[in-house]
Amino acid sequence: MTQFLSLLLNGISLGALYALIALGFVIIFKSSEVVSFTHGSLLLLGAYSIARLSDSIGFLPAVVVGILITALAAFVIERLIINRLRGAAVISLAIVTIGVDIIILTELIRQIGSDILNVPHPWGGESFRVGSIGLSQNRLIAFVVAAVLIAAFFAAFKYSSWGIAMRASAEDGETAALMGIRQGRVSALAWVVAGVLAAVAALFLVGSPTPGVSPTAYAVALRAFPAAILGGLDSTGGALVGGLLIGIAEAMAAGYQDQLLFLGRGFSAVVPFIVMIAVLMFRPSGLFGTKELTRV
Amino acid sequence: MSESTMTAAQGAHRSGVDAESSAGGGGSRLRSLLRPLLLVAFLLVLLALPLYVEEFWLRTGFAAFGAIVGAIGLNLLVGTSGQLSLAHAFFLAVGAVSYVYVSGEPGGLGVAELGGLGLPPIIGMIVGVLLAGLAGLIFSPLAARLRGIYLGVASLALVFIGIHVLNSWTEVTGGFNGRAAPSFSLFGFTFANRDPELFVLGVPFREAERLWYLGLVLALAAYLFARNLLRSRPGRALQTQRDSEVAASVMGVNVQGYKARIFLVSSMYAGLAGVMYALSIGSIAPESFGLELSILYLAMIVLGGLGSVNGAVLGAIFVSALPLIFQRYADLIPFVGRGEGLAAGEAARFLFGLAIVLVILFEPAGLAGLANRIFGRFRRRPGGRLTERPPDTPSRSSEPTPSDPPAQGSTT
Repeated sequence: MTQFLSLLLNGISLGALYALIALGFVIIFKSSEVVSFTHGSLLLLGAYSIARLSDSIGFLPAVVVGILITALAAFVIERLIINRLRGAAVISLAIVTIGVDIIILTELIRQIGSDILNVPHPWGGESFRVGSIGLSQNRLIAFVVAAVLIAAFFAAFKYSSWGIAMRASAEDGETAALMGIRQGRVSALAWVVAGVLAAVAALFLVGSPTPGVSPTAYAVALRAFPAAILGGLDSTGGALVGGLLIGIAEAMAAGYQDQLLFLGRGFSAVVPFIVMIAVLMFRPSGLFGTKELTRV
Repeated sequence: MSESTMTAAQGAHRSGVDAESSAGGGGSRLRSLLRPLLLVAFLLVLLALPLYVEEFWLRTGFAAFGAIVGAIGLNLLVGTSGQLSLAHAFFLAVGAVSYVYVSGEPGGLGVAELGGLGLPPIIGMIVGVLLAGLAGLIFSPLAARLRGIYLGVASLALVFIGIHVLNSWTEVTGGFNGRAAPSFSLFGFTFANRDPELFVLGVPFREAERLWYLGLVLALAAYLFARNLLRSRPGRALQTQRDSEVAASVMGVNVQGYKARIFLVSSMYAGLAGVMYALSIGSIAPESFGLELSILYLAMIVLGGLGSVNGAVLGAIFVSALPLIFQRYADLIPFVGRGEGLAAGEAARFLFGLAIVLVILFEPAGLAGLANRIFGRFRRRPGGRLTERPPDTPSRSSEPTPSDPPAQGSTT
């Protein structure tokens, strides 16, 4: 039971990070109809910049600069490429982000090489314990930060003029444009926010219990894809639920690895994808996604 | 109904062309003869190449033939029917593993105990293609239900599950280290260095030369099949449902059925490509069938031109041969080389990424579109060439599409 509870806690904290990344996917999709495959390399870019910079300028400034760099990269991608392809087919847009992803990822892997960079988190790798239930401090702080960010995001999405503009243009782009909403700006801002969320997630994902920055961080962003998809690509609430679901499922599979050994070692990394397929079987647009209706 | 109007229109066009040619004199008749002649000459060159070219180019050629088969298959799915799939690597893996298991000999390799059926390689190849098709068929109900981008992400899952299985199911796949692929043979003729020793015009025909012909035959078959498929009823139906599912189903096209079947065909292509991949490398390992391979295949069809069979061929040659050529001539190419420069693989990846972005931004019809534009000035082909349009051109009226060939017959 204690094992179950501690796995649940770990799962929720991991899920909160997945939710951050998945939210990025969702707002990018809502505002510019792009399924961003660049997210993996953006995440890695964030982690890499934070790790490299914290040696020279200290941890906190490095975090700030790292987040800014990632946001800037997302902004540049949107302005230079996505904005020029407004109205292109969804598949072309997805493929173009794959192209960008290849470029950034290749450069980052080249830079990182074979060394493992460490982010010197001031909270270190200690665990936080209540009775016999343990959670690494890194994950605990991650959960708190993610919760605050997600709450702030939802508030902004509901009340701020940016949030309203974005929901309006997601609802009906043409009408929103006629009402004077500048779609280019909405979409650029969405990319920036997604970049920030990815960088924050990266900051915690490379801390304990994971060992430092390595190209494997890239795979984590890919596991957040199922979170966004199974919640429904155009549903922010869905991203939250999807993230938690995936996080818990993965943590459980990792914790009960010995019982699941007949499925092979390292099965937990595949679990998010299996959960996604299972959900999509029954709900092709995800749990909370809008069903595509066709009117003739 | 649409077919009859189509053929009627084409017929009218043809007769127009004929009239023009008889009026215009010998010039255009010569031109119409030129095309088949060029094709025959091209084929002859391909057939004669092993007599003159060194082994490296033949091996690169076989790898490219395999990639051509796979790329044509993926293009049928993504370009022609508009379903984005990142699972191509998975189906390649199914084909490759089945071939290696069915035709491989059982035995121990280091710690792992390997199984194998030891059947003739041709059976292994057929089983590989069929099993890949079966895997596609099992996935296709899900694929047919999911729209566009949902499918793209859902298909990611197959790649990761595939890698996991490759790593864990050691008895069949050889596990983490992979296992060797048996060399191909047909009716006692082995596609390896001996058995029998063979000399043609004094040139020793060893594994590379023999595989070259095998690849040529398979790629040609794959090419012709796809060409014919696109020009027949299913091809038209697929393109219609890509452009508008509603319009297609109103015309009586069974959209779900066609989507499922093209998934089957595409994964069988991938299976064959997987077998050829195993033959070309000589072994299989899990890391070869990761997401990167799927993305490379996507790069091939995007660079070549979505929806065009010729484009898939061009893209496949470009993407599969470039890293190998970079590797070989690393010293001659600026910025690439040992030491502080870019490694060959990295340089190739940079180039692919950049090329994908540039193609989508400026030339959505890819290399095929580029070729059409260049050669379009010299030869005008009859209309009705719906097959070679990128999926993002129709219905979005806001953007002009410079890539459309001038002879496009349809309305936009």
